[in-house]
Amino acid sequence: MTLTAKWRQWLPHLGIALVVAYCLAPFYWMLVSSLRSTGDIFSTSLFPSSVSFENYRSVFSPGQGFTRALLNSLVVAGVTTALSLLLATFTAYAMARLEFRFKRLILTLIIATSMFPVVSIVVPLLKLFTDIGWINTYQSMIVPSMSFTLPLAVWNLTTFFRQMPDELEHAAMVDGCTRGQAFRKVIVPLAAPGIFTTAIITFIAAWNEFLIALSMTNKPSMQTATVAISKFSGATTYQTPFGSQMAAGVVVTIPLVVMVLLFQRRIVAGLTAGAAK
Amino acid sequence: MADTAIPPDTAPHAPGTAARRRPGRLPAPERPRRRAPSRATAGTGRLAALLVSPTLLVLTVVVLYPTLMALDESLYGPKGLDPKTGFISDTEPFVGLKNYTDIFTQAGDRFWNAFWNTTFFTVVTVSLETLIGVAMAIVMHRAFRGRSVVRAGILVPWAIPTAISGLLWKWIFNANGIANVVLGHQVLWTADGFSAKIAVVIADVWKTAPFIGLLVLAGLQVIPKEVYEAARLDGASALQQFWRITLPLVKPALMVAVLFRCLDALRMFDLPYILIGAQKGSVETLSMLAQNEASNVRFGPASAYAVLLFLYVFLIALAFVRLLGADLIGGAGGTKKRKSRAVRTPRRRVREVTA
Amino acid sequence: MKTSTARAIQCSAALTAAGLLLTACGSSGGSGSGQSEPAAAASFKGRGPITYVAGKDTTGTVQTIIGRWNKAHPKEKVTFIQLPTDADSQRQQMIQNAETKSDAYTVLATDVVWTSEFAAHQWIEPLPANRFPLGKMLQPVVETAKYRGKLYAVPASSNGGLLFYRTDLLKKAGVTRPPTTWAQMTAACAKVRKLPEAKDMSCYAGQFQKYEGLTVNFAEAVNSAGGQIVDADGKPDVDTPQAKKGLDFLVDAFKDRTIPKEAITYQEEDGRQAFQAGKLIFLNNWPYVYSLAQKSAIQGKFAVAPLPGLNGPGASSLGGSNLALSSFAKNKATALDFMKFFTSEESATYFLKNASLAPPYADLYDNAALDKQYPYLPDLKQSITKAVPRPRVVQYGDVTAAIQNEVYAALTGKKSSAQALKDLQGDLQKLTAQ
Repeated sequence: MTLTAKWRQWLPHLGIALVVAYCLAPFYWMLVSSLRSTGDIFSTSLFPSSVSFENYRSVFSPGQGFTRALLNSLVVAGVTTALSLLLATFTAYAMARLEFRFKRLILTLIIATSMFPVVSIVVPLLKLFTDIGWINTYQSMIVPSMSFTLPLAVWNLTTFFRQMPDELEHAAMVDGCTRGQAFRKVIVPLAAPGIFTTAIITFIAAWNEFLIALSMTNKPSMQTATVAISKFSGATTYQTPFGSQMAAGVVVTIPLVVMVLLFQRRIVAGLTAGAAK
Repeated sequence: MADTAIPPDTAPHAPGTAARRRPGRLPAPERPRRRAPSRATAGTGRLAALLVSPTLLVLTVVVLYPTLMALDESLYGPKGLDPKTGFISDTEPFVGLKNYTDIFTQAGDRFWNAFWNTTFFTVVTVSLETLIGVAMAIVMHRAFRGRSVVRAGILVPWAIPTAISGLLWKWIFNANGIANVVLGHQVLWTADGFSAKIAVVIADVWKTAPFIGLLVLAGLQVIPKEVYEAARLDGASALQQFWRITLPLVKPALMVAVLFRCLDALRMFDLPYILIGAQKGSVETLSMLAQNEASNVRFGPASAYAVLLFLYVFLIALAFVRLLGADLIGGAGGTKKRKSRAVRTPRRRVREVTA
Repeated sequence: MKTSTARAIQCSAALTAAGLLLTACGSSGGSGSGQSEPAAAASFKGRGPITYVAGKDTTGTVQTIIGRWNKAHPKEKVTFIQLPTDADSQRQQMIQNAETKSDAYTVLATDVVWTSEFAAHQWIEPLPANRFPLGKMLQPVVETAKYRGKLYAVPASSNGGLLFYRTDLLKKAGVTRPPTTWAQMTAACAKVRKLPEAKDMSCYAGQFQKYEGLTVNFAEAVNSAGGQIVDADGKPDVDTPQAKKGLDFLVDAFKDRTIPKEAITYQEEDGRQAFQAGKLIFLNNWPYVYSLAQKSAIQGKFAVAPLPGLNGPGASSLGGSNLALSSFAKNKATALDFMKFFTSEESATYFLKNASLAPPYADLYDNAALDKQYPYLPDLKQSITKAVPRPRVVQYGDVTAAIQNEVYAALTGKKSSAQALKDLQGDLQKLTAQ
């Protein structure tokens, strides 16, 4: 084996190690900080001198309602993702596969909607939702969240659908599939990596939403995880509960990562299985 | 490309696709592009309307309505204080375009400062994110084992809520924080100055490079391996392969990722707000300016800032769509690309997906 | 919300006399004058469920007090709506509630500096002063609840700055008494720094990051030098020799490193951390530091004193929170009773004992048993009684931003202190002229 060949073999591993280190180093710091005891929290040692779970206990103490908040986040982000993907799939299909008038205009309009700063749309929406009695409901968080997830999903899916060869679809239609079937059985499975990636990104964007969730709810039982974290407080006004904020950060991040790990095989395999039928 | 074995029974037999499979063959560029349903008939028009309208309906409610409200609001000034009673009047005076002219005259310095900050952050963070994101995607694409674990791992920065990552970086950039310990030199990152800008850039790039990385990876996964094989046979170097094949093929996915990152970066708010703080000249963005006005109960001027920011973002997006996004909407360009895909084997694709 | 309205109407029909309710709630410490007041009672109608809106409370004390109330008033239950911990978010949520004229919020826990703004916008109701035992409260604290001489809120808790200092080091260096002037403080530092264990320590810090804490520290410096930011009529008066002496103390201290360079990034927690880590000899901070520092490495090695000034003890800025009544709320009669109950001396004692919240009541500071639990109470009382409220203006957000801008520029050496004060005076005149 020549030296270059050896390099070739090891380079990807080195690259992976670098990427992982880059992404995880600050997260590691978050994890370490969350495991320090209150007195030790300002330490800069790379390992906690003694591992303490007091921050995690305080995150999950009954008064914080954090478990419920995680569940709410899951519902809001899950439904937002599902709805956005559903609507965006239709729209993106039309954008990628059909010729019709005003296409460019519509695509521009869709992206234009994701350009208004969220701070400016909260107050009008709050007025609207107060009038129709939507305060403290899931839909009051789901529907506004779609304002930023939907354009992203439409644009992404349009790209991926357009990358699919036309011929496949036509062949399927020649073989007796309807346009819908051809779409479902050929295009969607083939675009699976794109759809799945879009789903992850949409889900995370909705999961991280804060301002809307904060404004639309005032019941503790309806608050999402990000809102619950903002309400973590120390024993007194000025004390920053840094440890429990970091612990909460770890708690809201890990489930996402685990979920992605679990689902990426299944979902993608499930989608591609459709193509085999 | 992927070493994960696929059970034979999952190999796709999509109707009609097998006949068209021509593995390993590069597309003949001269073959004309064929698109049967490309004529705008009444039928496709109706279908398109049906498919597009739900999206438009939702966006009208959640965006268009509040945007129009904000547009209207921007024509009103702040409520006046009655010096006799000491009360603020109930109604906002109609001031026409005064909020806008004020921005360019008396509030000009602060506006332009915020404008340049916004532009600086957008240009710097998006460029760095693109570089790092693409590098990440390529590295991950090369990974044979544990790709899914790595992919989940790089999601971590993106998955941490911005508010929390703001706190985390504030902690890291504390005067006695780990960043200064590592540097061995005390930099006052969170003081108002150029170092604050750097801190925001570092934190933002860290958080959002994975976003670009993931989307580009998804784009890479649909490039047929045959293209590379052919290129290698032709004696193309790795660098040439990247410039001539990889980059053009992932361009659509990359462009969408960059476009959305730009839109987000132009509206950047929570990160500088939490990491450095409100009203810090060195990191104040247009969104922060709008928020600051609104928090001082001047909804009119706040809306005016929001509208200007909207226009700015819109112009950038329009430029993007015109310059680079033609193949998204179906204009000229990108024909070759689509060609090469036409001959890709579905089977290959499935393997990549499950890998 | 609709159901609660319906219930509210039922409740108000069932319960009528205000006097009856006051007996039922069993609050003590009232002056007794509030038993019946026809004029005020007329505008505070409706009985039934209400909400109490405040930042999150982890001590559980707020919920306990509310629980006591709910037990005595099963038909007028109070629900605790918790807001984010940071004051800006709390204010923003309250303003949003008022802008949508929502009745979701009834009783608001407001920061002392919000009173004027909330009152001028008529987001909160003027309150009948004779219903509350204001006479027993510390006067500067009561002043924070007024707008143009009218009562718009009731003090619930107070707060004042204290000088934390290292008793062990001062003693070792031969300094027997805590300093009362800035000059004494720097002299004490010079002596302490000669000790081998203290040679790397900095002398003093407060909160100098560009945020509300900077306004607090600047106001303290100016007031402690005999100056003021606005005069009794609310007119800006900051371009004076006294104010300059105050600001110069901070500017010079930064220059000669009496205050460490990194303190320009300090908020409350950073200063506390530096003090606990043995990096500071003196620290200006709120009383909350006391119990936390007692659990740290400097346990038993520190004490508190009133803030020093130019020529004698200085003046603190006032912190704390008041209760206000949202103008858009329902069941205001219940709300008024609840506010009285929540701000009673009994409740204040409970909050002091269990959440170490500084009470607005004067005599609680002289209680020997409480003083034993909180040795800083006598100093805190001195701090609060001499405290000066931050400017009470409608556009407080703009005023504090202008202060922070100019003072930050002076502290970082971008402007001379004279120029900064001159510019600040101009800014404030523009802001208050509107």
